[in-house]
Amino acid sequence: MTNSFVDFAKAKMIFAIGTNMTEAHPVASSFVKNAVADGAQLIVVDPRRTGLADYADIHVPIRVGSDIAFINGLMNVLIAEDLYAKDYVASCTVGFDELKAKVQEYPPERAAEICGISADLIREVARRLASVKPALLAYTLGITEHTCGMNNVLSCANLQMLLGNVGFECGGVNPIRGQNNVQGACDMGALPNVFPGYQKVDDPASQKKFKAAWGVESLPDKPGMMMPSMLEGLLDGKIKAFYIFGENLANSEPHIKHLENCLKAAEFLVCQDIFPTETTRFAHVVLPAAGWSENDGTFTNSERRVSMVRTVSEPPGVAKPNWWIFKEIARRMGHEWSSNSAQELWDNEISVLAPQLVGIKYRRIEKDGLQWPVPTEDHLGTPVMHKDGCFTCGLGQLIPVDWSPPAEVPDEEYPFVLSTGRRLFHYHTRTQTGRALGLNVLLPEETADISTEDAAELGISDGEYIVVKSRRGRVRVKAKVTDRMPKGMVWMAFHFRETCANWLTNPAFDPFTQTAEYKACAVAIEKM
Amino acid sequence: MNNGTITLTVNGKDFRGKKVEGKAGQTVLEVLRDNGVYVPTLCYHPKMPPYGGCRLCIVEIENMRGLPPSCTTPAVDGMVVHTHSERVVRVRKTVLELLIAYGDHNCLLCEQSGNCELQDLVYEHGIEKIRFKAEKILKERDISHPMIIRDSNKCVLCGRCVRACLNVQMNGVIDIAGRGSEAFITTFNNTTLIESNCVSCGECIQACPVGALTEKKSKGMGRPWEVNKIRTTCPYCGVGCQLWLHEKDGRIIKVTGVEDAAPNYGRLCVKGRFGYDFLYSEDRLKTPLIRENGALREASWDEALDLVATKFKEIIEKHGPDSIAGVSSSRSINEDSYQMQKLFRSVIGTNNIDNCART
Repeated sequence: MTNSFVDFAKAKMIFAIGTNMTEAHPVASSFVKNAVADGAQLIVVDPRRTGLADYADIHVPIRVGSDIAFINGLMNVLIAEDLYAKDYVASCTVGFDELKAKVQEYPPERAAEICGISADLIREVARRLASVKPALLAYTLGITEHTCGMNNVLSCANLQMLLGNVGFECGGVNPIRGQNNVQGACDMGALPNVFPGYQKVDDPASQKKFKAAWGVESLPDKPGMMMPSMLEGLLDGKIKAFYIFGENLANSEPHIKHLENCLKAAEFLVCQDIFPTETTRFAHVVLPAAGWSENDGTFTNSERRVSMVRTVSEPPGVAKPNWWIFKEIARRMGHEWSSNSAQELWDNEISVLAPQLVGIKYRRIEKDGLQWPVPTEDHLGTPVMHKDGCFTCGLGQLIPVDWSPPAEVPDEEYPFVLSTGRRLFHYHTRTQTGRALGLNVLLPEETADISTEDAAELGISDGEYIVVKSRRGRVRVKAKVTDRMPKGMVWMAFHFRETCANWLTNPAFDPFTQTAEYKACAVAIEKM
Repeated sequence: MNNGTITLTVNGKDFRGKKVEGKAGQTVLEVLRDNGVYVPTLCYHPKMPPYGGCRLCIVEIENMRGLPPSCTTPAVDGMVVHTHSERVVRVRKTVLELLIAYGDHNCLLCEQSGNCELQDLVYEHGIEKIRFKAEKILKERDISHPMIIRDSNKCVLCGRCVRACLNVQMNGVIDIAGRGSEAFITTFNNTTLIESNCVSCGECIQACPVGALTEKKSKGMGRPWEVNKIRTTCPYCGVGCQLWLHEKDGRIIKVTGVEDAAPNYGRLCVKGRFGYDFLYSEDRLKTPLIRENGALREASWDEALDLVATKFKEIIEKHGPDSIAGVSSSRSINEDSYQMQKLFRSVIGTNNIDNCART
């Protein structure tokens, strides 16, 4: 996020797109609701009438996967009606002419047709957005989990730069991260193209720096594979050994059947986890790890805040901290590493090597965390990035993008769009929440959420078991008939194994980020 | 008054008497609290709109009638305020006696003993016996919810739970129904909590000053004075809420939000507050496992780690380092992800390292 959660409560205009915040990030949503109570306007863009939409001034129920058309339509109106931030665009950004040419292809009428809403609604949203400065944009996986995910993100950034909203308190582009430490895992360089601190692996200066720091003569200097390619690599034999740390891929990835074939094909599969999972069934070696609160360390949240995680108890049995396990494997492969605790790793390696984290030391975050970048040890952190429109990279780049439909769209055989996500009472594949007393009582099983119109047409009543099937699989699941769903759409989560949405989802990926299109595939519904 | 600054005289006749400054628009209680002047409260909560229900924060203000509650009285420049005059203290004691007479407050039977604001206030005011006797018809507790026990017999009707639900988390699931001694907290249509549209965030429990709302999982697990509070960060979503883990004998028995810290300022959701006990599941992996003849068998660390190292070396030798790939966990700590990418890059020699950020 360019901004901080505290802004969610103070903003005067909030544009929430593709974020089911009340269920996936409930505490963040409470601040948005507080802002509304204090008079802020809230625009919620989501095919479903989500919990947050109940608090919105305007709910815009665009079709699944039409975000770019919608945002291009908004920008068309902003430019046509001269409502954009001309000074900001002129002094802080580049690429306006190209963006203008592109969005001229999206007059509200055309955008409206793609999105399944009225052109007047697009005009109204554009005018309202322009009427309050700054406006805060928040999104979640409804934006990224598409084959056009990267372009969706660029659209959000384009809109906020065109409105002059990036670089100010209560503005910005704010992706709320799904996992507690997905920000941190990226910051740490658990990515195929960058070292810790986003230093490129193919940059000679970074190469030199990390060779020296790690005491090695060579480091690989070509970007590696992204996870979906790794999985395909298991099938075609390019990848022989696969090491899965703390992920239940067999439930969390699209098209479970295919995924399991990939895992089966591994010559040597190592799983490091705290529980046996559907994924560890395929392992050749399972390494038992310390869980949360069983060793010290840090998490980095969506607002780039590095906060302490502390020990309450020892891990069960002979389970060990994950960093210890990696260190031991390194040792057995001939590399002696000196850091011998999470604090030593952070203070002596991570914060020395990652420029954004230089000023963060354990002693500084004993109590409250710090938001990177923290360039020096007396720096107080960065709640708002790109301050006053001075972008970290120089000028903000407006990058025109075209709308493209999802990889798989409904047809006669599979007439519904399935979109997926998370529900309030469980987390991902339930390895944890399924074992926390009471949460299974609050949500004992999965449902397929469908609209009242579709239910009436198909003669399905609420609570009835139905079959949802796609080209990849079928699940028997309870129907939840609700007026929160639009006609033509089915919504499911991936919490429960037998009824996991990922038996159905489509392993089609964004060509740049290889993020899977969890938010759109074609399905059919059958009465049992 | 100067630049919106107002001055109040507090306990002027007392030897501790002093002049205090506040801002126009503040309540008397806010000015007093900001200046470190203690006034007992029960229904007041700094994160909620003032309610003026409990009458414990009453003060005497010269030239004002009666004993106004300081939490709802706007502070005015020049006010002369007495927080502990004989009259004020006498009425406060009566209020406390009435509160105790009204409910079923038996600390021996209460989970909150030691962490109860009513218990503290009764002690502070030196109350030794209750002059009033109410006809008590005990109501049944609502234990319908898997996480939350509601005992209206211990409720003091301070309304903090109602405001926590309506004004803080903005769900508005509960409210006060009935009048006078018949008043009680309930849900829409007076259902049990599990039948209501409660989202189980537990904000109401954290707000409750007494034992009317308690965590079901924590019942009998430990007394407040036996517990260590350990600050940490929530392991669920990307908001990164700050938690107090209430630990006894190496086990988390309760979780509460850290009130004065970003990003959550005390707020939590159902998973953050109640989703911790997976740690103690018997299913936990406790020892390394190695596949042998198709099945996983227990192994020592040396055996398992040597096998991993040997296999990796073999595969690197035969197929090159890029034939090995790994994904790190975006659930675990930064230091773990750092260490894993370091293993892949500097030991194995490949950039085939990723995490589930993309998918």
